[in-house]
Amino acid sequence: MADTYLDLVNTPLPARIAKALGLPRPSVLRRYTPGEVLASKPVLVAGSGPGADALAEELLGWDIEVRRHVLPGEKLSAAVVVLDGATRPTDLAAPMLELGQAVRMLVAGGRVVGVFRSSTDASGPTEAAARQGIDGAIRSVAHELRGGATANGIILRGDTTTTDPTTLGALRFLLSGKSAYVDGQFIEVRSAPAESIADLAASTTAAGEGVPDQPLARKTAVVTGAARGIGAKIAEVLARDGARIVAVDVPAAGEQLVEVANRVGGTALQLDITEPDAGARILDHVGRRFGRLDILVHNAGITRDKLLANMDASRWDSVIAVNIASQLRMNEQVLASPVFSDTGRIVSLASTSGIAGNRGQSNYAASKAGVIGMVRAQAAVFDGAGRTINAVAPGFIETDMTAKIPALTRQVARRLSSLQQGGLPVDVAETIAFLASDAAAGVNGQVVRVCGQNLVGA
Amino acid sequence: MADQAGAQNAAQSPRTAVVIGGNRIPFARAGGAYAYSSNKDMLIAALDGLVARFGLQGERIGEVAAGAVLKHSRDFNLTREAVLGSALSPQTPAYDLQQACATGLETVVGLSNKIKLGQIESGIAGGVDSASDAPIAVSEGLRRVLLDLSRAKTTPQKLRILSTLRPKDLSPNAPGTGEPRTGLSMGEHQAITTAAWKITREAQDELAYRSHHNLAAAYERGFFSDLMTPYRGLTRDANLRADTSLEKLATLKPVFGKGLDTPATMTAGNSTPLTDGAALVLLGSEEYATANNLPMLANIVDAEAAAVDFVHGEEGLLMGGVHAVPRLLERNGLTLDDFDFFEIHEAFAGTVLSALAAWEDEDYCKRVLGLDGALGSIDRSRLNVHGSSLAAGHPFAATGGRIVASLAKTLSEQGGRGLISICAAGGQGVVAILEARN
Repeated sequence: MADTYLDLVNTPLPARIAKALGLPRPSVLRRYTPGEVLASKPVLVAGSGPGADALAEELLGWDIEVRRHVLPGEKLSAAVVVLDGATRPTDLAAPMLELGQAVRMLVAGGRVVGVFRSSTDASGPTEAAARQGIDGAIRSVAHELRGGATANGIILRGDTTTTDPTTLGALRFLLSGKSAYVDGQFIEVRSAPAESIADLAASTTAAGEGVPDQPLARKTAVVTGAARGIGAKIAEVLARDGARIVAVDVPAAGEQLVEVANRVGGTALQLDITEPDAGARILDHVGRRFGRLDILVHNAGITRDKLLANMDASRWDSVIAVNIASQLRMNEQVLASPVFSDTGRIVSLASTSGIAGNRGQSNYAASKAGVIGMVRAQAAVFDGAGRTINAVAPGFIETDMTAKIPALTRQVARRLSSLQQGGLPVDVAETIAFLASDAAAGVNGQVVRVCGQNLVGA
Repeated sequence: MADQAGAQNAAQSPRTAVVIGGNRIPFARAGGAYAYSSNKDMLIAALDGLVARFGLQGERIGEVAAGAVLKHSRDFNLTREAVLGSALSPQTPAYDLQQACATGLETVVGLSNKIKLGQIESGIAGGVDSASDAPIAVSEGLRRVLLDLSRAKTTPQKLRILSTLRPKDLSPNAPGTGEPRTGLSMGEHQAITTAAWKITREAQDELAYRSHHNLAAAYERGFFSDLMTPYRGLTRDANLRADTSLEKLATLKPVFGKGLDTPATMTAGNSTPLTDGAALVLLGSEEYATANNLPMLANIVDAEAAAVDFVHGEEGLLMGGVHAVPRLLERNGLTLDDFDFFEIHEAFAGTVLSALAAWEDEDYCKRVLGLDGALGSIDRSRLNVHGSSLAAGHPFAATGGRIVASLAKTLSEQGGRGLISICAAGGQGVVAILEARN
């Protein structure tokens, strides 16, 4: 569904009118294209201390011009604020004020990334206050940024350093066009076991020349609900990144599924994920054809909206059956199977409705909040063992589903985020591709919102 | 004894040809969901679905063989054109074949033979037919006039030729299912055979009833989820009546055999309707399947074609398969008892029941088939276990692909050996043996 307002407001005269009237002025977002330049202008690394120094050094190796202070009149592609050493709330002032100057110089589609430690791991109230304070400050910066720029954070868990491969993997994702619609989000990273990141060195370190175009090469990915919408785009993006795709959808969607499978050079597997043997059949297909399952994306989902007062059992039950019960059952079968890789990745589709709730979606919110609960509990079981599970929670995404929302409501819903527009299916897919990659080996149990910092449930 | 002989025959083959899988689109009733789909459209849809199921995008398949019975003259290279419109490599060769309703099975036989000989490693076989998008030809008179006109040089010549045109020449020729040599429709031919074998209305309705219920049960348990890809909004065979009953079937009025001196028994319920659809199977050598990690559902053991003299009334039009089966069994040292599944194409319920009656008739088997005694009888619980043409419909050239894929999957699930018999216009029949791999 085209956002005609966004197109209009990015032409000269309407842009002036919108500005004069104080109307929202969403920007065309900087999205990833293969071979993208991560930063065409210099990148500021604000903050002092060994963590900031090491990261600045690392970025130099990515063929990026690095500045430690804002130079008058010089545009910046991004500003990385490294606050991993903050112990008191007063430690925030200098780096944050430096960031304030950087924000003025940020190009359209620029990036702000905060790197700091988790308040959960703090030694006491003062350190926790400092660390949690950074969270609030970065979220606010995200609200303030314009021109399609975003602000996000990387939270270092435990002893994870600013130059740990997994930190760098998350940083690369947040600096790139792949995170275009990820805004006001925080990704926790933890040093991953070496064996689970066999290809990580190749995928994150030698920037410029060494970054492979296909971070998912030789991996086999199953995508459920792949016949259309976000699922079809996930299949496309994972295939672009090198994965072999097994596109799964209900038999009734077979015709569209064939188109997707043939477009991405994958295989089409028609099955109903609510069938008790769905996981076994997926494993059988993947095991026979490819030997190993590396990536499982639980994308299939349905909505059967009704106010709870008018809800009937079939609406409630079908949403629970498809959106969460099937995932739990499939995971059980997948995790028990030798076909699932020791460094396997599971990525589940949650929803901002599952975080904030949504009128008329008590059943849907129950299922999507259930996904979040499942992901966190399973992540704790995986912890450090090589496999990861994460969730992606899309906000307002331009799909056939949201196209059915009444026009006015749709216009309002689009503008209710810091980026003042709906996201695209590709934005969700890019985040999933990141979480499925070796670069995200140290990201586990996270719920990453792809919502343009939607005001709902923020 | 029989098993040894079967193994011996297999040993004679240089290599083994296996069925890897299949894909078809649901069959639609003529004038229904595919009313505006051409044979090429449907064949491409079936091909693309097969490509997607097995990940064959851009692959050069050894050869694709398919055909259509009702065919436009512009579709002279139908299968090759479909390949070019599909996700397969454009370097995949293809040929068209036409043997009436046996087209699909004959493509399987031809390509499996090439695989056994080592000429190809992989093949896609099947067919397509549209009774909705049937070619309509101009009358013979108009055709002559048009051809003469194209050769005329002067205006007076052209006017003279045009003056020979008569109003009746302007009505088009629609294709029919009538036999060219007898002028009788297939239904009328079968009505003669059905009456000759004294097949009752009740027995025919019972067979139709079982066909619908077996097909419905197969859908119910998801049997077709890896054999079929929906097309144009159709997710199941449109002809299927899961809720049909013997009582309902008994209410239908007879449509064929009304001119015979016996009671007419053949109705729209126990005859197949005109149907649109396409079906394909993926075949390969064992080496090809193994190298590509593809499943092997069943081996294609052997096949036989036969033709009967229906023109002079010595045999029924659709009895070709009845003659082919004993020859095939003898060559393979098998009897009917050696089979676990029988797929006898239900052109009409009467066709199947006449065949069964013929094989049980000692006198007929001795006199006509040249056997020592009756060929034997078939356990009905092993017959068309996932339904057949009465329920699914019968897009002529697509039926062979439907049957081979369904039987191969059945054998892979339950083991054993299966016999296929498909009758065809012109008094022909093609039969084949498929065998489970273990």
